[in-house]
Amino acid sequence: MNSYHLDHLQYLETEAVHVMREVAAEFERPALLFSGGKDSICMLRLAEKAFRPSDIPMPLLNIETGHEFPELIEFRDRRAKELGAKLIVRTVEDVLARGLATASPGEVSRNRLQIPALLGAIEEFRFDCCIGGARRDEEKARAKERFFSFRDGFGQWDPKNQRPEIWNLYNARLNPGENMRVFPLSNWTEMDVWEYIRREKLEVPSIYFSHERECFRRGGQWLPIPPPHSNNGHPDPYAGARPKPNEKRAKLIVRVRTIADMISTGTIESRADSVDDIIAEIAAARVTERGSRADDKVNEAAMEDRKKAGYF
Amino acid sequence: MPVPAHHPVDILRFNTCGSVDDGKSTLIGRLLYDSKNLMEDQIEALERSADITGGGQINLANLTDGLRAEREQGITIDVAYRYFATPKRKFIVADTPGHVQYTRNMVTGASTANLSIVLVDARQGVIEQSRRHTCIASLLRIPHLVIAINKMDLVDWSEERFIEIRDQFEEFLPRLDMKDVKFAPISALNGDNVVEPSPKTPWYTGPTLLGHLESVHIGSDWNLNGFRLPVQWVNRPNNPTDARLHDFRGFSGQVAGGLVKVGQKVMVLPSGQISRVKEIWTYDGPQKEAFCPQSITLVLEDDIDVSRGDMIIGADNLPGASSDLHAKVCWMHPRPLQRGRKYFLKHTTQTVQAVVTAIEGRINFATFESEPDAPELALNDVGEIRLKTAKPLIYDGYATNRLTGSFILIEQGTNATVAAGMLFPPTEAVKPEYTDFSI
Repeated sequence: MNSYHLDHLQYLETEAVHVMREVAAEFERPALLFSGGKDSICMLRLAEKAFRPSDIPMPLLNIETGHEFPELIEFRDRRAKELGAKLIVRTVEDVLARGLATASPGEVSRNRLQIPALLGAIEEFRFDCCIGGARRDEEKARAKERFFSFRDGFGQWDPKNQRPEIWNLYNARLNPGENMRVFPLSNWTEMDVWEYIRREKLEVPSIYFSHERECFRRGGQWLPIPPPHSNNGHPDPYAGARPKPNEKRAKLIVRVRTIADMISTGTIESRADSVDDIIAEIAAARVTERGSRADDKVNEAAMEDRKKAGYF
Repeated sequence: MPVPAHHPVDILRFNTCGSVDDGKSTLIGRLLYDSKNLMEDQIEALERSADITGGGQINLANLTDGLRAEREQGITIDVAYRYFATPKRKFIVADTPGHVQYTRNMVTGASTANLSIVLVDARQGVIEQSRRHTCIASLLRIPHLVIAINKMDLVDWSEERFIEIRDQFEEFLPRLDMKDVKFAPISALNGDNVVEPSPKTPWYTGPTLLGHLESVHIGSDWNLNGFRLPVQWVNRPNNPTDARLHDFRGFSGQVAGGLVKVGQKVMVLPSGQISRVKEIWTYDGPQKEAFCPQSITLVLEDDIDVSRGDMIIGADNLPGASSDLHAKVCWMHPRPLQRGRKYFLKHTTQTVQAVVTAIEGRINFATFESEPDAPELALNDVGEIRLKTAKPLIYDGYATNRLTGSFILIEQGTNATVAAGMLFPPTEAVKPEYTDFSI
């Protein structure tokens, strides 16, 4: 290799920075989706690389399901503050309270209900573009998605009719009411994300590292036991997500590999307590990252269906 | 736990193309499976779908055919991207559709590739789709090509058949200007010569497919001649707390060609103003030099007017500047291209209006000749056109620089991306108004 050659992380970085700058230049009112998870942590660093010494020219947006790990919320708020970025939070709770959406009978996961909350935020702030941290290696439907993913007036993705995306020329043109989702990390793998976190010395929420936690066994996974219900007169937000008497409970040394919210994130038993350990663990892993996501196990096209309806 | 070594590796991007049922998706499945890049839950999911739809046999193609309609019809509709790694390299794979109606998606998958694999069914030999895909790979100037002659098990591993098909290709390859073409006899279904050398082809002395992917030289695939920085975004901090940043004015973009060094003389086009590079600003600290395709922010010595869509260039290898353009285009939309229609044209970081002034020819994939007098270009046609733009473009020929020699056309109203364009070399270089512009 000569000195005018980029290694894989440098290549992925310059590609992502280019995409972020295209967003800043081509859209009127973009937002950057930031959950505090590992992918969005990389995105914030890429935004710094793209826009410093200026401020990041767009607000951060997070859609809370109401079932978040408290460690993640704390990290999210602190990180936004450190960066001097504006953080907008909208919640599924609010969408339910205002009657803009209803949970199906027995529906415990708030995953589907994030869709109306996200679309509501897009309408409220008239966002024309949301930058998301989705990666193509996560899931089969995502493997088909463009960097610039066009959504119609209902926020829908039409996978059979995507705009061709050629070279690094991204077509960002929209008609009123339409929207773009942009994914700078499209070409990153789980391993790339962790190697980048290591190279950039990025802080990640503590739940990625091994810790002791009360879990229960359901659907072949160890799920975290939700925090106790405060009996504040409201119905238990975790109803249905609490262990049943016949489900096995255990105190385990675990970490999370991918974070959705508390009821759709399976934990893995692990002693990895540094980024180096995590990288070694992934290198030896025999299941994919989303193998521990309950929300993708519904059926083979679960993600495709959610994306068509306007999911991230 | 042992910590993996911090050895940087590079990325090879490749795409697979070929006709429907030539086994593209099976080949990618095989590469992932044999190089141990498949995980248990993926194999389980494959086995689950095999029980339902495959009569018990694992279908490796289900790995990449991710959309419901694709699994139903058993074909690939859109580009699926896959990622895998070996100790030598990381790979980004674009599995591109074979069906004629999805040729535009093949262009999408191939435009960023270092290497293309064209699959051919050994029983059928060269068919129109093989010619079309090889031609598109050559049009897009993909630096490396592999012709994988698949399903060799179905022709009894016949060397004669292999040579026959190779000869069919070599008959037309000289007309396509491809520099690096390799041929390999494989069976994607059984894995022969994909990752492991096959005992059934003692007559084949070349590398396995993966062996070739791991070792092909891609170091010179980026253009390092003639500095080009299409300005993407002007970086001007608002109310900076750091007093040194009050006058900061940087020009951000991805280097689209060549190198730039601090102190170097540069020109801003189209204005023609000249300055020197004061600083190459990056988040990781100032750099002495930068090269293609790094993303950087340039600070110039002089306070001159620069905005998005301008191009900052070096003094060597001047680009062309013209509003009369000559290009090859791949047409990607069901509504045909017609003379006299107006489109938006996006080139580097600017979008201008353009009108098609002439359709000079349409490529016949049977002969590779450009046939004159085409009244229009239909979906999946490739042709030569002339365009007039509302303002001059600063550009290079596509053969010299893929990033400054390419454009897309966008239909007004629907905003659909309707064409991928590759510019012929400029007939005239930019004429700097200042005569002292030299190193």
